[in-house]
Amino acid sequence: MSQDEGMFGVQGTGDTSGFGGLVRTGASTGSAERPYGSYFDEVADDLERAYPEFNDAIESVVIQNGELTFHVKREKLVDVAKILRDNPKLSFEMCLGVSGVHYPEQTDRELHAVYPLLSLTHNRRIRLEVSVPDADSHIPSLVEVWAGNNWHERETFDMFGIIFDGHAGLTRILMPDDWAGHPQRKDYPLGGIPVEFQGATIPAPSERRSYQ
Amino acid sequence: MTFDPYASSRETTEGRVYSVTGGDWDELSTEIGATKEERVVVNMGPQHPSTHGVLRLILELEGETVTEARCAIGYLHTGIEKNTEYRTWTQGVTYVTRMDYLAPIFNETAYCMSTEKLLGITDQIPERAQVIRVMMMELNRISSHMVAFGTGGLELGALTPIFFAFRDRETVLDIFEEISGLRMNMAYIRPGGVAQDVPQDSVAHIREACRNMRKSFKDNETLLVGNSIWMKRTKDIGYLDLAGCMTLGVTGPILRAAGMPWDLRKSQPYSGYENYKFDVITTDTCDAYGRFLVRLGELEQSLRIIEQCCDSLDKLNGAPVMVADKKIAWPAQLAVGADGIGNSLPHIREIMGESMEALIHHFKIVTEGFRVPAGQAYAAVESPRGETGVHTVSDGGTRPYRVHFREPSFNNLQSTAAMCEGGMIADVISAVASIDPVMGGVDR
Repeated sequence: MSQDEGMFGVQGTGDTSGFGGLVRTGASTGSAERPYGSYFDEVADDLERAYPEFNDAIESVVIQNGELTFHVKREKLVDVAKILRDNPKLSFEMCLGVSGVHYPEQTDRELHAVYPLLSLTHNRRIRLEVSVPDADSHIPSLVEVWAGNNWHERETFDMFGIIFDGHAGLTRILMPDDWAGHPQRKDYPLGGIPVEFQGATIPAPSERRSYQ
Repeated sequence: MTFDPYASSRETTEGRVYSVTGGDWDELSTEIGATKEERVVVNMGPQHPSTHGVLRLILELEGETVTEARCAIGYLHTGIEKNTEYRTWTQGVTYVTRMDYLAPIFNETAYCMSTEKLLGITDQIPERAQVIRVMMMELNRISSHMVAFGTGGLELGALTPIFFAFRDRETVLDIFEEISGLRMNMAYIRPGGVAQDVPQDSVAHIREACRNMRKSFKDNETLLVGNSIWMKRTKDIGYLDLAGCMTLGVTGPILRAAGMPWDLRKSQPYSGYENYKFDVITTDTCDAYGRFLVRLGELEQSLRIIEQCCDSLDKLNGAPVMVADKKIAWPAQLAVGADGIGNSLPHIREIMGESMEALIHHFKIVTEGFRVPAGQAYAAVESPRGETGVHTVSDGGTRPYRVHFREPSFNNLQSTAAMCEGGMIADVISAVASIDPVMGGVDR
């Protein structure tokens, strides 16, 4: 996770000025240990039984805020998705889209795609997360598994530049066709505001002084 | 250059760029005349009175039959998700409320629930705040469904429903104004509770409004239910069955009109919905008429919930509406003064005249905000259009690292092709109206 230096809001020290060269390390979410609690054990067990390659495909299992996340290797994503949808004990009939997240500091795992799944049969929710390097931002498309992911994948491509292999028409959806860059990425340059006053500019939001 | 019926294009250094401005009709008709094809590609929108906002439909027609229908969106993209990353968590409410502008309370509540999940304070939200949230959401559901009837009717050429619908919508917006100071985009739900308590005499006003609305809802009901013209325009139109809904991720009235009693208020209750008595309305016709009936039925259920909320509010009179943790709670309640709405006078007196610490605290919370533990959370509410889900990621700072809205309008609009292809061009209007997309939510 990220490290912020010289920032306010560092806990466990007497220095509240923020100028003491303090370092705040973001919380790391390691893999969870069994038992996971709630229905999460059951889902993990059922998936493991239905999918022999479970240990190979699932990089880690994270339980946070009462939510279960499977970090899936991208090569296995479609297999895992099909089993999650088709196995009657799992039956996650709905995928509620894709949310991209850009973590520039996570080397070789900069781009994440997050898929919230919903099972109407069992009234359960889980989440799949796939992380790929920025230099090779390809993830297999899930449109053949859940057709509703079509626009969501286009949006994530538009905003983050993640390329969903196998998508029939991966084009921009919200930004204009000839737009350069992917606006939701953290390294996307933001414009400052020109001021009609000699020598003055208002810096871009990402460059302004701010609390963090 | 070969003739492309969809859009003219030109080569640039960035690659081929398609122009969506549409063509000249004379030019188009000559070109069509030259070919033997019967096929016509028509751009409907983005500026069109019956596409429910700035939606562009690209229809491939053979005669009056639609052979292919595609949506082009993005004309109302405002970058709200990106904007929230440069504001505090509380300020984020002011942004997200503007996404689906007909259901602002639902956007706010879903966003706040997600934030509260990250903060780990979901079960510390005071009961009165939860009751107010539920009441505001149900009022909002009525006002949103009213627009669905009104504009939906207008698009099909029925001019009367909108007058009845907007009369009732005004009643609801007046209540919103009385409670929050604003009629739309209220930023009223805040992480930890609500911005301010419901004024003393509002509960009585709401009760009266419910009584009046129960009667006035009948106007649209008697006008449209069983109306032969309305039925001909909506029955068996925009057909999408349960399997189609599932694979397209369609939720809300469309799913319930396919016979599935799926309502997050019942199946995964939040904000104390498990304490209210109400029914999930379903039909099994899978068509635009069924969706109309579902929305109509939901109005009565919303009234039932609002009345139960009024009873709870009477019981919880004077109870807090913001979480007790002073490091998260917004420090001031709002009040209406001589010069309009602002911080309440007792609070101003305290921070300006009595306690330096209170002033510092107010300043820190308002300018800096609170820190949210690192991690991610997903929270969902049943909005008038289906599941509004919010995926928030925090890096431990005072501003969201990422906010993503899973907008039901965005998702449901994908079903346009499945609903319209093979039908008549006039039925496209009916089908899109039954999806009830709000372009502010679709494009965000």
